[in-house]
Amino acid sequence: MSTEKTMTEKLTPTPGQTVGPFFGYALPYEKGGELLAPGTPGSIRLAGTVYDGNGEPIPDAILEIWQADAAGNVVTETGSLVRDGYTFTGFGRAPVGNTGKYTFTTVNPGATEPGKAPFIAMAVFARGLMNRLFTRAYLPEDTEALANDPLLASLEPARRKTLIAERLADGSLHFDVRLQGEDETVFLDFASPASREG
Amino acid sequence: MGEPVKSSDAAADNQAILSREIRDIEESYKASVAAGAPAETQPRIDYPPYRSSILRHPTKSLHHADPETIELHSPAFGHQDVHALESNLTIQHGGEPLGERMILKGKVLDGDGRPVTGQLVEIWQANSAGRYIHKRDQHPAPLDPNFTGVGRCITGPDGSYEFLTIKPGAYPWKNHLNAWRPAHIHFSLFGTEFTQRIVTQMYFPGDQLFPLDPIYQSIVDQGARDRLVATYNHDLTSPEWALGYEWDIVLTGPKRTWTENEAYGEQGEDSEH
Repeated sequence: MSTEKTMTEKLTPTPGQTVGPFFGYALPYEKGGELLAPGTPGSIRLAGTVYDGNGEPIPDAILEIWQADAAGNVVTETGSLVRDGYTFTGFGRAPVGNTGKYTFTTVNPGATEPGKAPFIAMAVFARGLMNRLFTRAYLPEDTEALANDPLLASLEPARRKTLIAERLADGSLHFDVRLQGEDETVFLDFASPASREG
Repeated sequence: MGEPVKSSDAAADNQAILSREIRDIEESYKASVAAGAPAETQPRIDYPPYRSSILRHPTKSLHHADPETIELHSPAFGHQDVHALESNLTIQHGGEPLGERMILKGKVLDGDGRPVTGQLVEIWQANSAGRYIHKRDQHPAPLDPNFTGVGRCITGPDGSYEFLTIKPGAYPWKNHLNAWRPAHIHFSLFGTEFTQRIVTQMYFPGDQLFPLDPIYQSIVDQGARDRLVATYNHDLTSPEWALGYEWDIVLTGPKRTWTENEAYGEQGEDSEH
């Protein structure tokens, strides 16, 4: 209690709750998954399926992505909800379809610092999921950066691979989200600052 | 895995069975707190009384990660994204929606009590009869042609938000026989970091359905549940017009500031309280 900083009262965070079944008329918006118009030079597709613990696709999940631009810059432009067709905002939101599939049109994010492994940050929401989950979809190419990534290095190989997107022949990224089961995606907890001391 | 998994949407169990499950979990939680375990502040993601969660929650523990640069920033929203009138849910159609008109006001704060300014707040809700406009909602209560139930706003310089809406009705669902959700408004919030992103639900004070609802009860700590319940504020009530409710939201962190202040250790020690 010696500094002004530690004198500040800490507030307890508000609990999360499930997104429920009826977000479909509220959260999705026009071109939510199109960070760039499909077909824009340099654009790629990020797509995959969200699965439950029985390996069945989940038809009522919604995903958000947040990422750096192709040069690795953090974007501070508004306009994610009402896209002007030209400005890359770094944020997208896409519900899955009836077969659990989602699609974003975006760019390969650049490394935010030299040598860092580029990834797309993702938040996952679904009916039946009590609280949102965070994960990362890493680009597969820079194997040295991937090997040096602190998160990936802290995971055993079988778990690590759930975070690395697959590059398909057409240049798109394939990234499935498995909420439960053998190949369960690694989901992240940023809540405890104490964990960052080590 | 291995053993057969219960059908997650069977609606086979009655409220007495559900209430017993809810009570057992709560009693076991209270015993663990009495034995010195820390209070829980978030819902359990593994909470079997909410049947749909059974196959949809991770069984491996969340992996501790230090946020990287992108996660220490948040997407930016502004008046390009949200029109000022989107915070008024009562003027989206040709006439006045039916039900109890209400003003809902509060602040979005970070864990240090600082306002989260210029950030997006989204809400959605059932109408006054407890019916969502969503096509999969088959509850035989009337739709209101003058009410969609979706609103958005951008927080002010003091982190404040304000909506004018209609009080939602209780809503029946198929988790179990005779399952009813307490009246609630869904909230979606962003902070100054992507790590602060949350979606939650706001409830109304004194709802008799609280003890029966597995979604509300998935937060096993009463103090934490209370953080989702709005306060009736008569000073906010507008004469001959609308009842006033107030609800503040506290996001986590932000951790970016901790980094700048090199205060990990001190912050970490009391972070669970």
